[in-house]
Amino acid sequence: MIAAHLPALQVVIPLLAAPLCAILRRGTIAWVIAVVANWLAFAVSIGLLFRVLDEGVISYAMGGWAPPIGIEYRVDLINVFVLLVVSGVGAVIIPFARAGTAARFDSTNQAWFYTMYLLALTGLLGVTITGDAFNIFVFLEVSSLASYVMIAMGRDKRSLTAAYQYLIMGTVGATFIVIGVGLLWAMTGTLNLYDLAQRIPDIENTRPVLAALAFLTVGISLKLALFPLHLWLPNAYAYAPAVASAFLAGTATKVGIYLLLRFFFTVFGGEGFFLSTPLPEVFLVLSVVAIFAASTVAVFQNNLKRMFAYSSVAQIGFITLGISYATETGLTAALVHLMNHAIMKAGIFMLLGCVIYRLASMRIDDLAGIGRKMPFTTAGIVILGLGLLGVPGTSGFISKWWLVLAALENGQWWLVALIVIASLITMVYVGRFVEAAYFREPSEKAMNVREAPLAMLIPSYVLVAATIYLGFDTTWSVGLALDAAASLLSAAY
Amino acid sequence: MIEFPPGLILILGALLVPFLRGPLRAIWMLALPVAAFAVLYSLPEGDHFAISAFGQQLELLRVDGLSKVFGYVFLVAIFLGVIYALHVRAVEEHVSGLIYAGAAIGAVFAGDLVTLFVYWELTAISSVFLILTRRTPEALAASMRYLIIQVGSGVLLLAGLIVIWHETGSIAFEHIGIESAGGVLILLAFGIKAAFPLLHNWLQDAYPQSTPTGTVLLSAFTTKLAIYALARGYAGTEELIWIGAIMTVFPIFFAVIENDLRRVLVYSLNNQLGFMVVGVGIGTELALNGAAAHAVTHILYKALLFMSIGAVLHRTGTALASELGGLFKSMPVTAVFCAIGSASIAAVPLFSGFVSKSMILSAAAHEGLYGVWLTMLFASAGVLVYSGIKVPYFAFFAEDSGKRPQEAPMNMLVAMALAAALCIGIGVWPSALFAILPFDVDYVPYTDSHVLSQVQLLVFSVLAFVVLLRSGLYPKQLRSINLDTDWFYLRLGRSFLQFATRAAENMHSDAYDLVVRRAKRFVEQLYRHHGPHGIIARTWPTGSMVLWVAILLVTYLALYFIDIF
Repeated sequence: MIAAHLPALQVVIPLLAAPLCAILRRGTIAWVIAVVANWLAFAVSIGLLFRVLDEGVISYAMGGWAPPIGIEYRVDLINVFVLLVVSGVGAVIIPFARAGTAARFDSTNQAWFYTMYLLALTGLLGVTITGDAFNIFVFLEVSSLASYVMIAMGRDKRSLTAAYQYLIMGTVGATFIVIGVGLLWAMTGTLNLYDLAQRIPDIENTRPVLAALAFLTVGISLKLALFPLHLWLPNAYAYAPAVASAFLAGTATKVGIYLLLRFFFTVFGGEGFFLSTPLPEVFLVLSVVAIFAASTVAVFQNNLKRMFAYSSVAQIGFITLGISYATETGLTAALVHLMNHAIMKAGIFMLLGCVIYRLASMRIDDLAGIGRKMPFTTAGIVILGLGLLGVPGTSGFISKWWLVLAALENGQWWLVALIVIASLITMVYVGRFVEAAYFREPSEKAMNVREAPLAMLIPSYVLVAATIYLGFDTTWSVGLALDAAASLLSAAY
Repeated sequence: MIEFPPGLILILGALLVPFLRGPLRAIWMLALPVAAFAVLYSLPEGDHFAISAFGQQLELLRVDGLSKVFGYVFLVAIFLGVIYALHVRAVEEHVSGLIYAGAAIGAVFAGDLVTLFVYWELTAISSVFLILTRRTPEALAASMRYLIIQVGSGVLLLAGLIVIWHETGSIAFEHIGIESAGGVLILLAFGIKAAFPLLHNWLQDAYPQSTPTGTVLLSAFTTKLAIYALARGYAGTEELIWIGAIMTVFPIFFAVIENDLRRVLVYSLNNQLGFMVVGVGIGTELALNGAAAHAVTHILYKALLFMSIGAVLHRTGTALASELGGLFKSMPVTAVFCAIGSASIAAVPLFSGFVSKSMILSAAAHEGLYGVWLTMLFASAGVLVYSGIKVPYFAFFAEDSGKRPQEAPMNMLVAMALAAALCIGIGVWPSALFAILPFDVDYVPYTDSHVLSQVQLLVFSVLAFVVLLRSGLYPKQLRSINLDTDWFYLRLGRSFLQFATRAAENMHSDAYDLVVRRAKRFVEQLYRHHGPHGIIARTWPTGSMVLWVAILLVTYLALYFIDIF
């Protein structure tokens, strides 16, 4: 009975939990609700995964209204993969959120924070699970509005500007997406993605459809922060509260990637269509520029959160690079890195949150000598940093491995060299942190700090452990991604 | 018989070291290499330890003749290194030293390229701490350059192995050869670690910056691991003969003008590697045996030399030739050990270097490579003067510097005594060394002609050194180094060599300056654009961001529409 309604529960649980937090207005209760709701959502995702593996694509008619008139929730391997990442990363972050949030806000504001968190989660899960184009827009706005509020709750005054800029850019992106969806609706008369996928091939070279495609490309690129539309991201991640940074870095851009894959491969007709557009070349160029420009900027950053925010832009470049190949290996690389990067970057931002909790600064000079004062926090950041670098024994190595394979399959030798050089740049900025943390005398601020509380360390180390585990056992990451990539290429839905 | 990788014994054991104190820590650190040695000794040939990770079967313990020799000598080296460093309090140096040795040993027993790559990178990352722990600004800078080059070697190896896997579907680490593109990439990776000419700069840059105890370990593992890898993957590759021959000669010219005795030793290290690379390049059984044997003896005597100069550095705080001299009076035991190391590197009969070096020379002569043979002979004479005589002479004898340091600490003396005993032991009873070489040995080092020619060479160069010294042509300290090259100039065309040395030196420093200047300007440019206030990193006004959106929209529209028409 419950199994049949899993797709609805995926969204409904956090959606109902959010107003509950707002009504109760008590920090601790709200936190408990958020934990329970998020863990349930994760359990639902796992349940969905097993159902999809068992019986294939699940179609769920919301409220009993049959598609294409009613809203359909449609779960296949691709979005269940993303659902797992989103709800899983959230499930680890939310227990971590307690200590930092309680120290910063009074009880009422804590409750508001969890409300916003749950709404953002609802939105992201909704975007991923729904099979309806307009519904995507609605959930996207739900998650974005909630994220703006979360970012604006940061301790730095600049968080307001950052949130404002993200608001403008996010709204522009969402508007573009809705324009694209509107144009498609005008041409086909349907909003159901499955229906669209059936009808578009006949009219795909008409001008409104191509215009819709252009609007969708730009709108989604904004959401996933593809260079040069990444400009909102560094400040948003740098000045948001640590919990929000970790959550957004792990999930928001990843859902953007999902949308890109869904529209370009499933809706517009798989490999053939994607390759007939100029997108592979454009994405290739933008990804390479993103990787190098953003990594280089990261090297020179003095604020660690900004450093790793720029690193996110670069890592997204690796994901879109994989997509630009439109081969099974390339898409597998993209999906695997989507998962691995979500885990690594969420972990890094959580551990940076531990540092802020004790040190109240993100300046690299203030962090000098922190390795001796907060050994576990620092070691965790180093391990995850090595993961970003792609050191074997971490999941980052698996991502790089598949990406290099994809480049070789296409005979692009020079790209292999570029990927290698990019890894070296990554080493420089991770190395800067290592040098400051371990090889400098403790700064005045770092003199008096203690290790972060276990309530923050344990969740962070779950992600550290996952990074190492996924470096050895790839059944869940690569295994699922391979199947998902195959279904993307054949536009099966 | 315990089928567990000896390298992992050291690595896992090292993780316990920070939790131990005092004598317990010392005993534990000494027990690790002993235990690993016992395990290795009991293992028969074959693959013993496989794990599967990310869909690949990884062979962690491939034991055969070649890997066993290097495994043994690496374990001996870390054992000596641990004794030598027992007085060091910094725990991170002990931990990284043990992990570094464990990684090198693990790499030697890697049966596939992926495992090799993992250990290859681990040697790079763990060894950098041996330089960093000196905690001087120069050491910090050198360690970062070292790390980038070493990790660069690792990623080249990774790129090469992916290509090979892609082409052949196998990641086994067997003969690779330079026929495929992957093979060339991997050769480059090995070449960096083996300090091939032009890829060698990291060696002279980083090693002398390390701690006195760290250099001993550094000199043993990284480069010899590369020799092992070359012997495994590129035996009989003719190009290596020439690369190796050049390697034996060119460091001599740089050692001429070097004042830092540890750097002199690094140059001679580079030159000795050349002999091994020649051996690998020739690739016959005798030559490979020679390369392996030379790696063994070289690790021992080079460790001994670095230990003795390290002891001087430890006691006096300097290793500069111009600051030292006359230490024989207060550090007589160290001086004797240094002399034994020098005798070994100079290949004096009855010392270890003689046995192994003559094997490579004979192998070259056997194959009719007389040019190479002559080059190596010349290099032998060079190393004798610049490493064999110069190092002990300027540190312990020469003009008295007035320094009267204490004798080296007991643990250092014990480590040096063991190394010295091994050097002499191998020289006197070479059959023990021959027994563990990868191929059967029917080679007699002590024939009349071998001994005679070597003694001639030795006597003649020592004579020249003494004559110069006595005739007063040997002025003080720094300038004296230049004069002592005169012996070469007289024999081989004084003006030409003078010119060549100067030119090489000028070109080297000019090119170096140019590169540094270019690199500085490049970083400045990068900083201008990518730095915190650079155009790419600054916070943009919202309007400009939206402008980008518009630009991209128009671009995409244009691109999509072009397609229809």
